[in-house]
Amino acid sequence: MSAEPIRTLVPLPEEKTGLLLRLVDGLDQAALQWLSGYAAGLATQAPLHPRETPALAAVESSPQQQLTIVFGSQTGNAKRLAETLARDAEGSGLAVRLLRADAYPLRELKSERLLYVVISTQGDGDPPDDARGFVEFLSGKRAPQLAELKFAVLGLGDSSYAKFCVTGAEIDARLSELGATRLFARGEADVDLDTVAKPWLQRALTSARETLKSSLPSATVTPLRPSRAAVVWTRERPFAAEVLINQRISSRAASKDIRHIELSLAESGLSYEPGDALGVWPTNPPELVDAIVAVTGLDARTAVAHDEQDLPLADWLLTKRELTRLSRPFVVAHAARAGNADLDTAIATPDAFARLLADFQVIDLLHTFSAAWDAQELIAALRPLTPRLYSIASSLKAVDDEAHLTVAPVDYAAFGRNHVGAASHFLSNRQIDGKVPVFIEANERFRLPQDTSRDVIMIGPGTGVAPFRGFLQERIAVGAKGKSWLFFGNPHFRNDFLYQIEWQRALKRGELHKLDLAFSRDQAHKVYVQHNIRRRGRELYAWLENGAHVYVCGDATHMAKDVHAALRDVIVEHGRRSQEDAEGYLTRLAADRRYARDLY
Amino acid sequence: MSTPLMSTPTPSVVEAIKAASRRLRGTLVESLADPLTGSIAEADTHLIKFHGSYQQDDRDLRDERRLQKLEPDYSFMIRTRLPGGVVTPQQWLKLDAIATNFANGTLRLTTRQAFQFHGVIKRELKSTLRAINNALIDTVAACGDVNRNVLVAANPQQSQAHAAVYAYARQISELFLPATRAYYEIWLDEKKVAGNGEEVEPIYGSNYLPRKFKIAFAVPPVNDVDVFANDLGFIGIVENGVLLGFNVTAGGGLGATHGDANTYPRLADVLGFITPGQAVAVAEAVVTAQRDFGNRSDRKRARLKYTIDDRGPGWFKAEVERRAGFSFAPVRAFGFEHNGDRFGWTEGEDRRWHLTLRIEAGRIADHDGAPHLKGLREIAKVHRGEFRLTPNQNLVIANVAQTERAQIESLVTTHGLDGYLYSTPLRLNALACVALPTCALAMAEAERYLPQLLLKLEELLERHSLSDTPIGLRISGCPNGCSRPYLGEIALVGKAPGRYNLMLGADARGQRLNTLYRENIDEAQILHALEPLLASYARQRFSGEAFGDFLLRTGVVAPKARAAIAIESETTT
Ligand code: SRM
Ligand SMILES: Cc1cc2nc3c(=O)[nH]c(=O)nc-3n(C[C@H](O)[C@H](O)[C@H](O)COP(=O)(O)OP(=O)(O)OC[C@H]3O[C@@H](n4cnc5c(N)ncnc54)[C@H](O)[C@@H]3O)c2cc1C
Ligand SMILES: Cc1cc2nc3c(=O)[nH]c(=O)nc-3n(C[C@H](O)[C@H](O)[C@H](O)COP(=O)(O)O)c2cc1C
Ligand code: SF4
Repeated sequence: MSAEPIRTLVPLPEEKTGLLLRLVDGLDQAALQWLSGYAAGLATQAPLHPRETPALAAVESSPQQQLTIVFGSQTGNAKRLAETLARDAEGSGLAVRLLRADAYPLRELKSERLLYVVISTQGDGDPPDDARGFVEFLSGKRAPQLAELKFAVLGLGDSSYAKFCVTGAEIDARLSELGATRLFARGEADVDLDTVAKPWLQRALTSARETLKSSLPSATVTPLRPSRAAVVWTRERPFAAEVLINQRISSRAASKDIRHIELSLAESGLSYEPGDALGVWPTNPPELVDAIVAVTGLDARTAVAHDEQDLPLADWLLTKRELTRLSRPFVVAHAARAGNADLDTAIATPDAFARLLADFQVIDLLHTFSAAWDAQELIAALRPLTPRLYSIASSLKAVDDEAHLTVAPVDYAAFGRNHVGAASHFLSNRQIDGKVPVFIEANERFRLPQDTSRDVIMIGPGTGVAPFRGFLQERIAVGAKGKSWLFFGNPHFRNDFLYQIEWQRALKRGELHKLDLAFSRDQAHKVYVQHNIRRRGRELYAWLENGAHVYVCGDATHMAKDVHAALRDVIVEHGRRSQEDAEGYLTRLAADRRYARDLY
Repeated sequence: MSTPLMSTPTPSVVEAIKAASRRLRGTLVESLADPLTGSIAEADTHLIKFHGSYQQDDRDLRDERRLQKLEPDYSFMIRTRLPGGVVTPQQWLKLDAIATNFANGTLRLTTRQAFQFHGVIKRELKSTLRAINNALIDTVAACGDVNRNVLVAANPQQSQAHAAVYAYARQISELFLPATRAYYEIWLDEKKVAGNGEEVEPIYGSNYLPRKFKIAFAVPPVNDVDVFANDLGFIGIVENGVLLGFNVTAGGGLGATHGDANTYPRLADVLGFITPGQAVAVAEAVVTAQRDFGNRSDRKRARLKYTIDDRGPGWFKAEVERRAGFSFAPVRAFGFEHNGDRFGWTEGEDRRWHLTLRIEAGRIADHDGAPHLKGLREIAKVHRGEFRLTPNQNLVIANVAQTERAQIESLVTTHGLDGYLYSTPLRLNALACVALPTCALAMAEAERYLPQLLLKLEELLERHSLSDTPIGLRISGCPNGCSRPYLGEIALVGKAPGRYNLMLGADARGQRLNTLYRENIDEAQILHALEPLLASYARQRFSGEAFGDFLLRTGVVAPKARAAIAIESETTT
């Protein structure tokens, strides 16, 4: 009854066992399965290079001479077959890269020349989990034209399911629809995999040899960017950017419906640097325009000529005038017509006037203090619409010709009505395909260090995190040597951890080095970013002394002041300086462009 | 002496994790402290099971959250260790408070007489486990590769025999507790003793068992514990209220994998009879034999049932006898009548009263118009006996004095807990596993689908005047078989969303496995397949013939080899 046989179960020296444990720690199921396969492969003396890791995806040969095999697999069947194919192809001297669908850099699809897809069908005709993104991308409107691509697909499935091998079939059809050339017919492997898979793999190998041998090195040079468009898009002449994605990124339980919006700048010639903002020209909510027309008793169709433009009243109100922000001159003009004593007193009292401007939208004023307006005068009195700015949450180096935004809704109830903000409402409600008039608002004061070996400290609670997503994408793309530290905060960990999985992935890959989180409402006492800044003061100060750049983005009213005070306290405490010296330290940092803020 | 494991292929990853875990500590403390994720490190997800908890996520939200760039909505399921499923009213009140304060507002009674809490988030896991321990209930070894919660026939009537059997069950439950102090250190802040981390595990050894291990104690004539589905079973042989000893069973287990013929449900073999005093030695012999000979490279083949099939029942019996130091006596005659519960009030030998309530799929919650959680809270405030969880996900309010019956009964009625009075036998006996949205392994709905399915089946039964006929229905969201579906007269085993394998023909006593009748079909096809069978059953059955038996007799399903317990005599002694 001794336990001896059990000890022999782990046939590893102790330190190796420790290493193994560290190695497997945190790996997901797919990685673990891969690892076990890798070890098994080693054991049978058939070395298989771990090509599935992105680092090794960089094969020296150009796409023209390379075979790419992408697989999507839930339980490992498709993966095994893909690996076999990769090994055989490599064995016969071809340049091969093998990638799990979720590790496939989708941006490279358009430069791919020879692609094999091996994929199973799951659920009720769904793709395997690891291929959902891949399939979504392919079937979506962003999928590129693939005229130069040759491909073939092997689907795996189980014919006892109604939707036999549909995922493979969908990919096969879609690739062809995108202009790619099908090298040979799709395989549909049932649970007796080999019957169909074996001949398919054989065929795939032969075809790959033929295709790659015959393809000559491309003689033409494809320009990296489409040639500059003739028109230069500006604030006054905004580019109509197409909405590619409009995705809620706070959980369904979150109190705010935060949106991640991806806009296409394709063919616009627009470019930006991380730190820049995108200017957006909103259209006012049509319901709000209706309400204003109703309360003034005007006719929406009335033509109004003003400022050299002749438009119906409704169009003026939709796209040319501020309705959600009240202006002083308009209140004054309205008061002159209303002849209301209360309103007159409010205007005469600076405090009350300020409060009125903050609390009332145009519609509230019209409702509360009635007055007669004619269309012409109304348009002349209302303030012209102004664009809103949104920090760009992406880097061109990572997203090609797109610009990503992170938009918080302005949405509140007052005067018994629901109120929204013009631009955030407009953006949140844009459908895919919809157009958004945009321009680039450069911000030279909010730039990553030229010297990429410098460390960066990014403080961005709420939507303030947006530019830092772009910063990190940029730093990854240029292979920055410096470290990156993010301070983020929001109400709840579960609901409002914006871009959670992206930060987690970056941490795991060593692309982000520190992440400090403050979820204010997850515990009895409120915790904010400034608390973490103080808590991590010693280290933060060491980073500063080492030349780090500090960035703060987001709320101007409270956060920026609190964070500034926290930074000063850190310098006082860990730099042993007086308050004034610490303030001077920060001033110097700012002068050196090492302390930059983007506040709103 | 054979050293069979020397030649086994590479141990599974989980074996390496266990071996290097410093007796189940792993990096749990670090994982719990990691604020960046609601999950724990992959290796720790295996270790936390030994502490009675599983990492899960809300699968309803998984896809949505992926698009929201949020990690899955991780939470933890916690399962209690509660031999025989007995708790006091004071403990009930504490568990109820935990369900409300830390979990999703429900208590889930399991098919192994335990409580489960769902939806506890990582940040609150430690507080929750502390609160459970504060109720003098722990969760040690409720999951993991160790002996699990020991089942004991709920059996309130035979009070004397129950007490005797229950005592052995508790003893064995304690015997197989891991020796490591990891649980107490991590969750209850017990001080670490010097040089800790490598406690001697006298029974388990450093790698614990190859796989989960399950023990049940049955008391004929009711097989509510489904003793033959357990790795190790004790069938109490009771004469005139006195426990003479046990028939020992070994090698039961139900889990299987779709499309993998190397895995299958298997009923236990009956090894022989022992006296009560020999029970502990036999249990230790069986567990250590499995420890030393179980498959540690392929977790799908690691249960005791495969060890026995791979090496032969004869070898196994001899090995157990060698380890125990004595031989089994010949099997004593016994007979099971059914594997369900006895609903309503019953009077025990000691004149105390017991009320068995139907809890659908074991889920106690405050439903609209039926505030069950609240009702049981009110009952716990006045009840002076105990609560017993049945292995069929139901609840016994046990040990009620005649004078207190009326009060309990009125609370039962006012809180809508009196469903047992109005339900068809089909509904009363139906079992459904948890499945979606919490179970990571679910392929189809089970618990959430049961109410809808019952309505449809009841309609069907009514059409054929079978509403009063007991038919055992069991539904599992995947082939692991947590609701013991392979012992259901009608069973659905999930294959994909909305699709099930229809299994038919088990007996109603837990002694015969059912057989695959239709594969991968949806609800309409299920009802369509059942209709003609029920119609002919209604017309052609013998008096008292159960549905499963009828299907076998009429050749609708063929008996499987080794799928039924061969028992020489069906009469009780
Ligand atoms: C709660 C419960 C079902 C219920 O509705 O009551 C249950 C629920 C789960 N079972 Fe079970 N099993 C439950 C009784 C059973 C039974 C019935 C029994 O023991 O009488 C079986 C069949 C008997 C057997 O063990 O062979 C059973 C066979 C399994 C298996 C298959 C084991 C195998 O040998 O293949 C798994 C999967 C595994 O272990 O890999 C599993 C795994 C699971 C897990 C933990 C899923 C997981 O591993 O991630 C399920 C958690 C779901 C959730 O969200 O709560 N559960 N499980 C039962 C809890 C019992 C307890 O209190 O300890
Ligand atoms: C450089 C820069 C970067 C920015 N980056 C981002 C970004 O990344 N993401 C982002 O979401 N925003 C960002 N903003 C803010 C953004 O530009 C808009 O100001 C914001 O979206 C609100 O615009 P709106 O058109 O929706 O609301 P508006 O129509 O401008 O405002 C609605 C009106 O409602 C009032 N109001 C708002 N809330 C309430 C309330 N609760 N009670 C009473 N009255 C209220 C306001 O005072 C305002 O008068 C940035 C701003 C700047 C300057
Ligand atoms: C839950 C589940 C659902 C499935 N659904 C389908 C299906 O709708 N259609 C199909 O053709 N195959 C289906 N299959 C079968 C798989 O595609 C098949 O087992 C395949 O070999 C798996 O390959 P993989 O291991 O690479 O994922 C399903 C399998 C499972 C487990
Ligand atoms: S049978 Fe499958 S789906 Fe149901 S609880 Fe068990 S493991 Fe989950």
